[in-house]
Amino acid sequence: MTETNIGAPVKRVEDKRFLTGRGRYTDDLNQPNQLYASILRSPHAHANLKKVDVSQAKAAPGVIDIFTGSDMAADEVGSLPCGWQIHSKDGSPMNEPGHPPMAVSKVRHVGDQVAIVIAETKSQARDAMEQIAVDYEVLPAAVNMDEALSGKALVHDDVPNNMCFDWEIGDKEATENSFSDAHKVVSIELINNRLIPNAMEPRAAVAQFDPSSGNYTLHTTTQNPHVIRLLMGAFVLQIPEHKLRIISHDVGGGFGSKIFHYAEEAILTWASAKVSQPIKWTAERSESFVTDAHGRDHETKADLALDKDGKFLGLRVSTKANIGAYLSTFGSSVPTYLYGTLLAGVYKTPAIYCEVKTVFTNTVPVDAYRGAGRPECTYLLERLVDKAAKETGIDPVEIRRINMIQPDQFPYQTPVALQYDVGDYPKAFETALKASDYEGFSSRREKSEGNGKKRGIGISTYIEACGIAPSAVAGALGARAGLYESAQVRVHPTGSVTLYTGTHNHGQGHETTFAQIVSDTLGIAFDQVEVSHGDTGEVQFGMGTYGSRSLAVGGPAVLKACNKIIDKAKKIAAHILEASEADIDFKDGVFSVSGTDRELAFGEVSLAAYVPHNYPIEELEPGLDENAFYDPLNFSFPAGCHICEVEIDPETGEVEVTDFTAVDDIGRVINPMIVEGQVQGGVAQGIGQALMEGCVYDKEGQLLTGSYMDYTMPRADNLPNLNVSTESVLGASNPLEVKGVGEVGSIGAPPAVINAILDALSSLGVEDISMPASPSKVWQAIHNA
Amino acid sequence: MEMTGEYRIEASRQKVWDALNDPEILKQSIPGCEEIERISDTELAAKVVAKVGPVKAKFSGQVTISDLDPPNSYRISGEGKGGAAGFAKGGANISLKSDGEATILSYEVDATVGGKLAQLGARLIDGTAKKMAGDFFKNFAEVVTEDADLYSAEKLNEVDTNEINHGINTSTRSKISISSWIIGLILAAAVILAIIVY
Repeated sequence: MTETNIGAPVKRVEDKRFLTGRGRYTDDLNQPNQLYASILRSPHAHANLKKVDVSQAKAAPGVIDIFTGSDMAADEVGSLPCGWQIHSKDGSPMNEPGHPPMAVSKVRHVGDQVAIVIAETKSQARDAMEQIAVDYEVLPAAVNMDEALSGKALVHDDVPNNMCFDWEIGDKEATENSFSDAHKVVSIELINNRLIPNAMEPRAAVAQFDPSSGNYTLHTTTQNPHVIRLLMGAFVLQIPEHKLRIISHDVGGGFGSKIFHYAEEAILTWASAKVSQPIKWTAERSESFVTDAHGRDHETKADLALDKDGKFLGLRVSTKANIGAYLSTFGSSVPTYLYGTLLAGVYKTPAIYCEVKTVFTNTVPVDAYRGAGRPECTYLLERLVDKAAKETGIDPVEIRRINMIQPDQFPYQTPVALQYDVGDYPKAFETALKASDYEGFSSRREKSEGNGKKRGIGISTYIEACGIAPSAVAGALGARAGLYESAQVRVHPTGSVTLYTGTHNHGQGHETTFAQIVSDTLGIAFDQVEVSHGDTGEVQFGMGTYGSRSLAVGGPAVLKACNKIIDKAKKIAAHILEASEADIDFKDGVFSVSGTDRELAFGEVSLAAYVPHNYPIEELEPGLDENAFYDPLNFSFPAGCHICEVEIDPETGEVEVTDFTAVDDIGRVINPMIVEGQVQGGVAQGIGQALMEGCVYDKEGQLLTGSYMDYTMPRADNLPNLNVSTESVLGASNPLEVKGVGEVGSIGAPPAVINAILDALSSLGVEDISMPASPSKVWQAIHNA
Repeated sequence: MEMTGEYRIEASRQKVWDALNDPEILKQSIPGCEEIERISDTELAAKVVAKVGPVKAKFSGQVTISDLDPPNSYRISGEGKGGAAGFAKGGANISLKSDGEATILSYEVDATVGGKLAQLGARLIDGTAKKMAGDFFKNFAEVVTEDADLYSAEKLNEVDTNEINHGINTSTRSKISISSWIIGLILAAAVILAIIVY
């Protein structure tokens, strides 16, 4: 059975249905008497909603009903809530303006919901939507952050200067002092480009209300069904949890964008009761561009103080973060506790101070996107470290070596709240240098030069914090939820198992890795384990999947539930084998009496639990079904080093990523094949951010990169073969000794790519380039240098 | 989007001005125009429908005239709403100059689109608007001359400066004090984009 145990590259069991068209995606579902919805969206970035005339549209063929924000307001539908409260420097809570699911008096970004048309067919809904007459009074829009902070146009009338909050972390005084002692100060200004998530499956929802029971069921494309049930039920629609079931079977990619409670979920659920028929809505791709929460969008200035030997003394960071038109579910946590707390990186910088101004603008809300805050942090830090190397004349490898936290320094308390539990950063770093043949770079560069190309190599180290837990810490920092996870292991009479997990599998492979954990721990065959997720009617509770938390927080819950099963099964076995419980050994699915040949197979014990003829019924309940909740002791801290090599054609500015090496410390590996896939996907997204992807609004707040004609996604032919490996130190904060791998690629890759480009172009005098480093931008940089 | 151009029309400046001020001629010239309604001395409303295959979209637009200096020049600005498809708005400075017996009409257009039109069609607006300008003048010439000897619309598109070599022989119809041919450019461009995006 070892070929399916923890550590084995088991092929993903879920792929069979994905690859044969048997996935159960939300849009695949159809209910009897189902209606279709089309949602009218604002074409203006900022406008007063003077009149929405639906009279003509209501008379259109097939139309059942049309609702607007006023209708929802009349039913006292609540505001879409934000899950994380941040406090400003002065102690005041963040400005938290209302977020009605459909606009009531004002639209605040292109794509904001104005009306929902419900009709018998999809095309009837769309045709009728054309006949809604909306009278907009167009207002000046606040699009970029400086403009917004000037307060000339207010996104929310009650938020002065559009400032959501002005947050800080670190010791300002100590940091200032480190600068007065500095031998050298290196400064940088950069933008972390705004990204549009573009999951392969657009968001969709099917809402159903049963008038006879008063029960609601919402099938939706979410990464966390229980969170949606809690947020929508308790805050928006006032539906108690036992009357609201959220189902999210297969989801075609999330990358963070499907964490959040979106307006359409509330609108459809509410409207399904109004019309007493099921309603389906599926986003068109162009709707996804203007409604799925965007990612990143930071403007940062930072200074690094160094002593004469190149040691970092202090880091001072000032960031403006665009939060968009509304506070999305976790929008406030991303530029704060998922960003400022990681600014030590893998370095011993003794003093750090970071301030973040978070700004409302007339753009789509910005929230977590693969990495969420940590890519922004890593990009800043690693660009700055490379710049420091250049300005001090110290080699980029050497300056990192000098400053890296050493293995004997753990637990390591950073100056920005986090305490790193365990790690060996030099090990991953040196392994990456070898794996990328860093030493041999100069000969490869010579060869490229011979072909008229510029070649460069770029390094990035990173640290990230996974799990966003323990709950008590997250709560102290402003999280309005606990961030534990739960698992239920249901052993059936003949010994097979259904695992219910509160995490959500939307491409991560939990149905395989979690089954490996169960089968290994219980000593049963891998194919005897089924993993169930995504249905609040089946799974006891869960916080879903994001922040690389599934294995780090959900995995130990699975282990804990399995151990409860073993504990109970030992008691049953002791009774049947007429031995004391202390004498029962459990190994490879067999219960035996220590030192004897008396034994029972796992299936025999489970059968006894359900057919309790010979059973300790006075001490033990029948059945074998255990629940566990797990709240970790600390975040887990994956870390690593990514090295990128590029070749640039100076005639065209085209950048080719020729080599990419990723060495990641992600703790214990459950399934190395899935780990490699996760890193590959993350690196592809990171290269996408560095070279291709960039969201552009015009000055009036119109989205110019609103389709694949203008928004470039990375494709297979943009990527080299990725050299991915792990150099793991077992995790110290959870019993599975895991860390998390989902986001490391998108965190480590962007600075490695940009550092490589700047290395390639430094001989031409190019000192800076912004993401995405498109051919035209690279060409301009070469010609402006 | 910005666009400038000149047309040479073989008619006197007054005749061209009058024809441009004739709502009936405009209605026939603007591609897909269903109705033009005068709201006040300086405001017009128009409805434009475009149909291509099974797709039909209706744009309603309003146009305001300013800086009126007949028969020399004016400023025209307007907005077309395309419902769920978004909107197009913009303006144009129009001037007429005599050139012997003929008239040179020049225009400078600036227009913006919003919503789905901007999201999907921003990069197509220039070419589309030029095509629509060509179509407008082709129709315009057809309507105002009984003996049309026309250049093709394609030819008109090729260069910004075009000539239309026929006289305008009608000025007997009722006149209003405003011109709004540019609504054709703006609305029609928007309509075409709406078709493309659907």
